[in-house]
Amino acid sequence: MNLAYRDIRHNLGRFLLTCMGLGLLLSVVLAMIGIYRGLVVDALTIARAPAVDLWVVEANTRGPFAEASRIPGDIREAVARIADVTAAGSITYQTVETEYQGGKLRLYVIGYELTRPGGPPEIVEGRDIARSHYEMVADRSTGLTLGERVQLGRNTFTVVGLTRHQVNSGGDPAIYITLPDAQKLQFDLAPPAARVQLARGSGGASLDTVNAVVARLHPNASPDATAETIQRWKHLAAITQEAQEVILSRSLVDRARRQIGLFTSLLLAVSAVIIALIIFTMTMEKLKQIATLKLIGASDRTIVGMIVQQALALGLIGFAIGAAIIVNIKDYFPRRVILEPDNVAVLGLIVIAVCLLASGLGVRAALRVDPATALGG
Amino acid sequence: MTGSDSAIPLVRLNGISKHFGEGETRVDALREVSLEVFPRQVVALLGPSGSGKTTLLNVIGCILDPSAGSMELDGELVLHDARWQRGDLRRLRLDKIGFIFQYHNLLPFLDATDNVAVVLQLAGVDIAAARKRAVELLDYLEVGHRKSAMPSKLSGGEAQRVAIARALANSPRIILADEPTAALDSRRAGIVMDLLRKLAVERDAAIIAVTHDEKIFDRFDRIFRLRDGRLE
Ligand SMILES: Nc1ncnc2c1ncn2[C@@H]1O[C@H](COP(=O)(O)OP(=O)(O)OP(=O)(O)O)[C@@H](O)[C@H]1O
Ligand SMILES: [Mg+2]
Repeated sequence: MNLAYRDIRHNLGRFLLTCMGLGLLLSVVLAMIGIYRGLVVDALTIARAPAVDLWVVEANTRGPFAEASRIPGDIREAVARIADVTAAGSITYQTVETEYQGGKLRLYVIGYELTRPGGPPEIVEGRDIARSHYEMVADRSTGLTLGERVQLGRNTFTVVGLTRHQVNSGGDPAIYITLPDAQKLQFDLAPPAARVQLARGSGGASLDTVNAVVARLHPNASPDATAETIQRWKHLAAITQEAQEVILSRSLVDRARRQIGLFTSLLLAVSAVIIALIIFTMTMEKLKQIATLKLIGASDRTIVGMIVQQALALGLIGFAIGAAIIVNIKDYFPRRVILEPDNVAVLGLIVIAVCLLASGLGVRAALRVDPATALGG
Repeated sequence: MTGSDSAIPLVRLNGISKHFGEGETRVDALREVSLEVFPRQVVALLGPSGSGKTTLLNVIGCILDPSAGSMELDGELVLHDARWQRGDLRRLRLDKIGFIFQYHNLLPFLDATDNVAVVLQLAGVDIAAARKRAVELLDYLEVGHRKSAMPSKLSGGEAQRVAIARALANSPRIILADEPTAALDSRRAGIVMDLLRKLAVERDAAIIAVTHDEKIFDRFDRIFRLRDGRLE
């Protein structure tokens, strides 16, 4: 007969309640890890969407996400002519607020050239934009559905396709429209004075302004070398995809990332202490029984086995409950909660390690207990 | 009475002393105790509180290291000059000694049968055989009808008999009991004493019981009186 199992079965209700409590705690830890992963992945989503190798932006900026960048639209043609470039496209990014179902809807508007890099990476429902005006592809997280019409600036757009998980680093859902529509929208929403200037084409400003030109290179080409070539042009900077991702994860969401990271560590530490306390108390309550077991001839191995098995059972069941909870509720979070198997596995290992460590404390107490204490009253 | 004619004592103590602490706090719990207990004997350890009864029982049970002296159990020299002659005292206990506690100390998470069977299992008997023997022992002690009950559902007398069954499971020849009847009324105490007597006779065992219980003094073959750690 297995003593650990029999003891648990005897106090089943209490054991399960403890597992449940631990499970809830671990679900919070898992949620925080998922939120952390989600934040990092979300921050990179928009930069990864066009699947390009190079970002051409305004000189001395780290645009278009971390800093503002405005360059003339005709740069795209110049970039496309570079030897190693296979495709190039102009893109605009702007945040727009509009009315939707009686409330405000914040949208991250991406304008792109229909036949060039920069469009939605994957349409999960509906189709790509086909006409050059007033169609949009929206992310599902906007709440918009196919065929719906939305007012942006002075024009009304029809939703023709849906993407998923396309949000900017602030969590605002993305929509895609054509570059001309986006430039028109930028003009419509600009302050009146700037608009007059733009319309006149004076002051160096022009309606054909974009935020970045993205470029795909030959598979064998070196992004760094091409970037260097472009750097030599006046008024321009070039950022490789790799560098762009570093900028996004390091500077744009760095504070939020560290904030959540620190909180997650704290939560892990708290959980570890609580697990240790539970297991230690579980053992201390049984010292008299352990003394009795010793007296009737149980070996240290039997006693250690009993404590360790119970600790592991508690940890594993609690962890399973926690994982089940978070898997079932993660889609209700307003922002993405991403649980990757390796993160979950690492937490599982940490829980097991903490259980073993904590049972080590219990085991120490149990091995020290004098069998004679069972004889007394 | 019966017994003391058997040649080899089951328990033989020679000059056993035990002190706790040193200097100011030193307590001499046992001073040069020598005694012999023979098979089929039921003996009592008597004495005021703090006189060293439990300490003596713990030394005989090999769960307390004495400070001086030698001890033979069942003809084997297990302690010489305060040094254990065996590394594995647990095995020694498992083979030779059964304990009966003042309060039954049954494991609350096992039923009556398994509380007895666990001892056999710890000694390496397979579980089916262990349970079979456990039920036989419970029948022998007339608590067979409660074999599936959890300890919390047993009366004091029933629990004590289950505990005695457990002490007997490995057929030890030395049974140590610390106030085995303290938690029982006089009728049940009488029944338990009868049982211990029956055991001593049928199994050729020695029984050493600590007691304060004057009602049962007349049931012992011999009474050892302790005072301040010394035998009187
Ligand atoms: N672990 C210990 N550490 C220090 N002193 C101890 C320890 N165990 C017992 N003593 C002391 O040794 C003496 C004998 O104790 P013991 O428990 O053997 O008495 P007892 O005769 O069983 O008493 P009671 O009838 O109250 O159970 C007492 O003075 C006690 O305080
Ligand atoms: Mg005592």
